[in-house]
Amino acid sequence: MAQTEDRFYRYGTALFALLILTLVVGIGFELSRQSMLSIQKFGLGFWKGTTWNPVSGEFGALPFIWGTLYSSLLALLISTPIALGIAIFINEISPGPLRLPLTYLTELLAAIPSIVYGLWGIFVLIPIIRKLELMLPEWMKNTALFKGPPLGVGMGAAALILAVMVIPFSSAVAREILKGVPMNQREAAYALGATRWEAIRVALGYGKTGIIGAVMLGLGRALGETMAVTMVIGNNPQITASLLAPQYTMAAVIANEFTEAADELYLHALIEIGLVLFLITIIINGLSRLLIWSMARRTAEAPVRVVATETAVV
Amino acid sequence: MSLRQLKSNIVVGLCGLAVVLALVPLAMILFYVISHGFTALNWAFFTQMPKPVGEVGGGMANAIIGTLILISIAGVLAVPIGVLSGIHLAEYGGTRFASAVRFTADVLNGVPSIVVGIFAYGLVVLPVHRFSAIAGGVALAIMMIPIVTRTTEELLRLVPGGLKEGALALGATRTRAMFTVILPAALPGILTGVLVALARVAGETAPLLFTAFNNRYWSTSLVQPIGSLTVQVFTYAISPYEDWHRQAWAGAFVLVSMVLILSIIARFVTRRLERMSRGS
Repeated sequence: MAQTEDRFYRYGTALFALLILTLVVGIGFELSRQSMLSIQKFGLGFWKGTTWNPVSGEFGALPFIWGTLYSSLLALLISTPIALGIAIFINEISPGPLRLPLTYLTELLAAIPSIVYGLWGIFVLIPIIRKLELMLPEWMKNTALFKGPPLGVGMGAAALILAVMVIPFSSAVAREILKGVPMNQREAAYALGATRWEAIRVALGYGKTGIIGAVMLGLGRALGETMAVTMVIGNNPQITASLLAPQYTMAAVIANEFTEAADELYLHALIEIGLVLFLITIIINGLSRLLIWSMARRTAEAPVRVVATETAVV
Repeated sequence: MSLRQLKSNIVVGLCGLAVVLALVPLAMILFYVISHGFTALNWAFFTQMPKPVGEVGGGMANAIIGTLILISIAGVLAVPIGVLSGIHLAEYGGTRFASAVRFTADVLNGVPSIVVGIFAYGLVVLPVHRFSAIAGGVALAIMMIPIVTRTTEELLRLVPGGLKEGALALGATRTRAMFTVILPAALPGILTGVLVALARVAGETAPLLFTAFNNRYWSTSLVQPIGSLTVQVFTYAISPYEDWHRQAWAGAFVLVSMVLILSIIARFVTRRLERMSRGS
């Protein structure tokens, strides 16, 4: 009797857990199914084309890929040193009583809805950026990075806002990783006469795998971020290195054009962009998880903790 | 001071600077949301409907009820699935299946919200060719499930092992031990975890754009398009009207305060549970 009950309990709950697996597979399946028309019609050319003109039936998605990758990489360039700095400061440097409040405050950044970042971006950040752009010295305006009229909206604004949004994710994981590095690693360094930074470097070296995972987790977030980017990037599909130029991302084009997609091919083209975005983010997220887990298994007593910080309670 | 020492001090200083650099945008955002949002908030915002384009005044009553309906649907769908999955992971966490589920849940948590929106569109909107509150609720539920699952697992693990052993020693089945002893002990934490997850998805915009769509009129129907605070804030933010911008800030203020208050409550409850678990 008791055994039947427990068996029912075990497999009953497993059924619900199975649903999570089904969901992820289902998303992949459904998105492939809904983008068949575009996949069959354009093939790989879809990702090489640079013209996006739904009216004339031209669908080239390269500008969106470019915008997504470029904005995410720029964001990581800004956010990674800051996130690592925060993790190091909280774990290794900060006085004890400051630790918890600083952790909460930096993680609050993750709790602010993306639409609020966007609103703030439009009305506060963009005017500031426009002023900065107007102050650019003449010789800089001729370089590839700063070409174009000072609009405020554009790649630079998007990268900045993305960086701020990504920081709490990367820093939370990096902090947990550092926390898991055994104290004796640092003590050994100190015993050899290391300075504080040299001891921290030893800890960073020990946690390298996990820290790469933390950065990749941030990358996954940046790639898929929609609203805030849509509101500040300017939504113009073009491939340029200029930070001043309005550009477009994969997520943004879906958000903007999905409900306008009148014919089926247009809709399928947009969903194909979504499918690729999905595949890229699961690969990045999956890799990042594996790295973090392998690290956690090596160091901490309870590997689950690492995840809890950014999913459970922020 | 030696060169090495100097270098060390510089790096320590830079780390401090990094914290400041992250806190500046946080302070700025909170400052603007409070200064622009709180002043724009009035009774009408909560009780009145949007005025026609160009007219000043009105509120977001329809969007507020819309958001409440959407997150209720999401909660009803996601909580049982999430909690039961979390129970499975906490109880039978060592199996390969459990690792796979844990991994997938984390991956699902990282799937862009806009992609979840497309999925819900294909699942619920396309078959009936109509945007609906249900479609929006399904999208939000998918975003909630991994959060609730992992929170539940995490909190169940915080319950002192002695409680479970005691129940088993008294002859309870694992089922009984879970549902009459362990789960009740973790319940306050799980409940706040669910509330935080609800607050989180209430702040989502992208998955609603083409599932719940938007509705400027009062609607509580589950099979009709429905407004939501976030989509309304989005629409108002990119509009050219001064008064709509004001209301967008008010909406942002409501969203942010909701998330912040629930997060703070959750902090307290989780810390109490953690202390309880350590005290054993």
